Amino acid sequence: MKKLFEFKTKTIVATGLGAALFTLLFMYVKVPTGIPGTDIQTAYGIGGFFAALFGPIAGGLIAFIGHALSDSIQYGSAWWSWVIASGLTCFLTGLIYPKLKVEEGEFSVKSAIFFNVYQIIANAISWIIIAPILDIVIYAEPANLVFTQGVVAAISNAVSVGIIGTLLLTLYSKTRSKKGSLTKE
Amino acid sequence: MKSKLFDYVERDNLVFHLSGVTKLICFICLTFSVMFSYDIRVILSVMILSLIFFKVSGLEWKQIKLMVIYVIVFLLINFVLTFIFSPQYGVEIYGTKHEIYRFNSRYTITLEQLLYQITKLTKYASVVPLGLIFLLTTNPSELAASMNRIGLNYKAAYALSLTLRYFPDLIRNYQDISLAQQSRGLDLSKKEKLGVRIKNIMNICVPLIFSTLDRIELISNAMDLRGFGKHKKRTWYASKRLKRQDYIAILIAVFVLVGSICISVFINRSRFYNPFI
Repeated sequence: MKKLFEFKTKTIVATGLGAALFTLLFMYVKVPTGIPGTDIQTAYGIGGFFAALFGPIAGGLIAFIGHALSDSIQYGSAWWSWVIASGLTCFLTGLIYPKLKVEEGEFSVKSAIFFNVYQIIANAISWIIIAPILDIVIYAEPANLVFTQGVVAAISNAVSVGIIGTLLLTLYSKTRSKKGSLTKE
Repeated sequence: MKSKLFDYVERDNLVFHLSGVTKLICFICLTFSVMFSYDIRVILSVMILSLIFFKVSGLEWKQIKLMVIYVIVFLLINFVLTFIFSPQYGVEIYGTKHEIYRFNSRYTITLEQLLYQITKLTKYASVVPLGLIFLLTTNPSELAASMNRIGLNYKAAYALSLTLRYFPDLIRNYQDISLAQQSRGLDLSKKEKLGVRIKNIMNICVPLIFSTLDRIELISNAMDLRGFGKHKKRTWYASKRLKRQDYIAILIAVFVLVGSICISVFINRSRFYNPFI
C-alpha cells in the first residue's frame, strides 16, 4: 500500500530534480494568454505529473521551490503569495497519489478523470481563494484586480495540468510493464 | 537561454564572508519588514540599506542587467493594471481625497492613489537587491547546510541542494534535445502556427522528462546504497561557523524587523502611513 505522506530517498530525489525541471520550464517554456503575468505555464503540467507519481509532499515542494527559484532568478525576489499558492496546488493534486498505480502500468480513463477532478479542485482552491487572499494580506493589492488574475490563473493552470499532466501520465504508464503481465507457457 | 543567470563567483569581501545562515536570516527579516509595512519611509530606509550592502558585495551590473529589465517591465505592468482596476483604492485606504487631474468620474488622479501606488512600487523594488545579494553571494552547497541549521528538516534541505546542483545539467539537457530535434526539422520559431508549436515543444519536453525520471531512479538508488537517511541528523561539508560579524548582521536585521513592526503598531497605528490626516 502506498502511504500518502511517505518521504523516502526516492521522494527526496524526485523533489530535487522535479523542482529543477519545474524551474526550467517555468522560466523558458510558456504559452502567452494575453493577460500580463498569467501565461499558460507548462510547468504546472509537470508539477501535477510529479505530484501524481510521487505524492503530495514531493508535489508541493517541487512547485514551491521551483516557483520561488525561478522568480528569484528572473526578478531577484519571489512573489510569496503566488509561490505559496503554487505549492498548495501541487500538494492538493498529489492527494490522489495513493489511488493511482501509474508505475505499475495502469492508467485507465477512470483514473484520468479522477486525476482531473482532483487537479481542477486544487487549482480552484489555490488560485481563486488562497492566492488573492494572500495578495491582499501581504501586498494590499486591490481585490478586483487579484481576483480577476486568480480566475485567469486557475483556468490556464487547470488547462495546463489537464492536457500536459494527463498526457504525460498516459505516456509514462505505457512505458512501464504491467504487474502480472508475464504468462507461463 | 543562459545558465549564467546565477553564477556564483567567489569574491573577497564582507558580504561573501558572512555565513549562509546569516544571509538567509537577514534576507527573511528584511523581506518581512518590507512586506509587513506600508510606510514609505520604512520601505525607503530598507531599500537604502540593501543598496549599501549591494555596493559592498561588489556585484557587477552585467550580472544583473537582465533581471533589472524584467523587474522594471513587471512593475510598470502592475502599476498600470492597478490604476485601471482600482483608480480610487488609495482614497479608500487613506480616507481623504486630494484630486490632481480628472479624466472622468471614475478615473481621476489623486494624491492618495499616487502615494499608494508609489509605496507599492518601492515595496516590490526594495526587496530585489536583497534577493540578488542572497542568491549571488551564497555558495549553493552551503545554502542547504544553512537551511538545515535554522531548523529545516535535512531531507528537505537536501532536496533543495539537489535542485541547485541539477538545474544547470537540465538546462544543458534541454538545449541538447532541442538542437537535436531542430536538426531533424522541428520548427520552434514564430513561422509555425501556435498549435503546432505547442506540439513541437512537447516533443522536446517528453524526452527531457523521461530522461529525468531515469536519472531520479539512478540517483536515489545510489543514495540508498550509501545509506542516506538512516540517521536523524547529518553533518555538512560546506557549512561555516558563525563569527562575530555574523552575529552583528543578524542583530541589525532583527532590529530592522522589530523597528518596522513597532513603527506600524505604535506610530502609524495601522500598516499604512497616512500623511493626509
